Amino acid sequence: MKHARIAWAGAIHEAVESDGELLLTRSPWAGKRLKFDEVVWLPPLAPVAQARTILALGLNYADHAKELAFKAPEEPLVFVKGEASLIGHKALTRRPQGVTYMHYECELAVVIGRTAKHVKKENALDYVGGYTVANDYAIRDYLENWYRPNFRVKNRDTCTPIGPWLVDAKDIHDAYGNPMNLSLQTTVNGKVTQSGHTRDMIFDVPTLIEYFSAFMTLQPGDLILTGTPDGVVNCEVGDVIVTSIEGVGDLINTLGE
Amino acid sequence: MTQNVSSPQGYWPQGTVYGALLNFQQEWQIKAPQMPDAPYKGAPKAPVLFIKTANTFTPSGGRIALPSTVAEVDIGANLAWIFGPDAQPVACVLVNDVSIPHESYYRPPVKFKCVDGFLGVGATAQSIEQVSTDAVVLTVKLNGQLVQQLNYADTVRKSQALLADISEFMTFQEGDVLLLGSDCLPDGKRPRAKAGDVVEISADGFDTLVNSFAGGAV
Repeated sequence: MKHARIAWAGAIHEAVESDGELLLTRSPWAGKRLKFDEVVWLPPLAPVAQARTILALGLNYADHAKELAFKAPEEPLVFVKGEASLIGHKALTRRPQGVTYMHYECELAVVIGRTAKHVKKENALDYVGGYTVANDYAIRDYLENWYRPNFRVKNRDTCTPIGPWLVDAKDIHDAYGNPMNLSLQTTVNGKVTQSGHTRDMIFDVPTLIEYFSAFMTLQPGDLILTGTPDGVVNCEVGDVIVTSIEGVGDLINTLGE
Repeated sequence: MTQNVSSPQGYWPQGTVYGALLNFQQEWQIKAPQMPDAPYKGAPKAPVLFIKTANTFTPSGGRIALPSTVAEVDIGANLAWIFGPDAQPVACVLVNDVSIPHESYYRPPVKFKCVDGFLGVGATAQSIEQVSTDAVVLTVKLNGQLVQQLNYADTVRKSQALLADISEFMTFQEGDVLLLGSDCLPDGKRPRAKAGDVVEISADGFDTLVNSFAGGAV
């Protein structure tokens, strides 16, 4: 099932995808159907009791590492993001005036489903609740070599669109075998600029869950953004960027000033 | 006060916990000769930040377990701001930003700083009106012996300048926390704790933050 969190009629609702429409699932609107363009899309993540941990990978596709002139890392290159950088599907991301290189990053986002500590690769996918699409924007003008990628590049307000759907892990595993069998694509104003495949990750999803859960306990709702493949390009104000992952969704974002 | 920052059970962080690296003049000056060289290729311009994830939180009085692969950890005594709904600090708390010692500040320190239990959190928060942030003096004791004093008059960015430089690109949410910096010792290292040690961090007007350290976390 594909789950969404939306704002409509003055309130926030849980919904699921049903025959190309949104079906509201809870009282007082349980059973109500809405068109996709009738609602405001929020990040498809249930609220959590304390700060959500958001881990994000850099250089996790061999071709992207090469594109950025780095040798492939020997262990995951990970940074942490604050939840406040997340925004929903069809939202506006701010492009600061005067920057020269702001690029999208289409990423498979893993949403943890149950408490994970000392998990082994072999059963790591049992700890995944679902998958969604993240666009982990970066502004290369602000890169510095101190805890790189630094927060001014990667933890900006509005710069992490996520959604539209949280797709149950079981659906992806049933349809594709595992999350390492999905194609990714980004278009800018309708033109394909990035295409890749999750099988080309350097550290795959089970390996990442084993690596992180060896020293940090992950909780339901925590996120792992698994990195982006080759093909990032600068985008300008007004550009419409669609980051898509097979079976997971098409996440639309527009750059604004 | 615009939010309830403490409770009978004690203060506990609700939002994202951010921290500032290299915000004491002494550590900056010790690191300065390396700054022009690879991999840094220049002094940091924006504040150098990190996040302490929620799995790191340990209450005052709680025990912090060292991973079995580590003999000692850095003690990072910090004064921290707690934010209200208007992206301004409303309260202060003492924290211990525990880290596995690491020389390089090139890559994000997740495996050094986000280990389970690696943030000691003071039991109570003080209203911001009761604290002169840039004049707070922290005292660090290891097994009862004084090992460090740090004075927030000695920071690189005073607290309001730090907030302004971070707010340029991100907005603190209600409940978020900002660690205002920890200092090194004159030799460039931080005080270290090993299994069996007790670390106390204190300041005038604050409840002392006490954590014991144990070995062999599984």
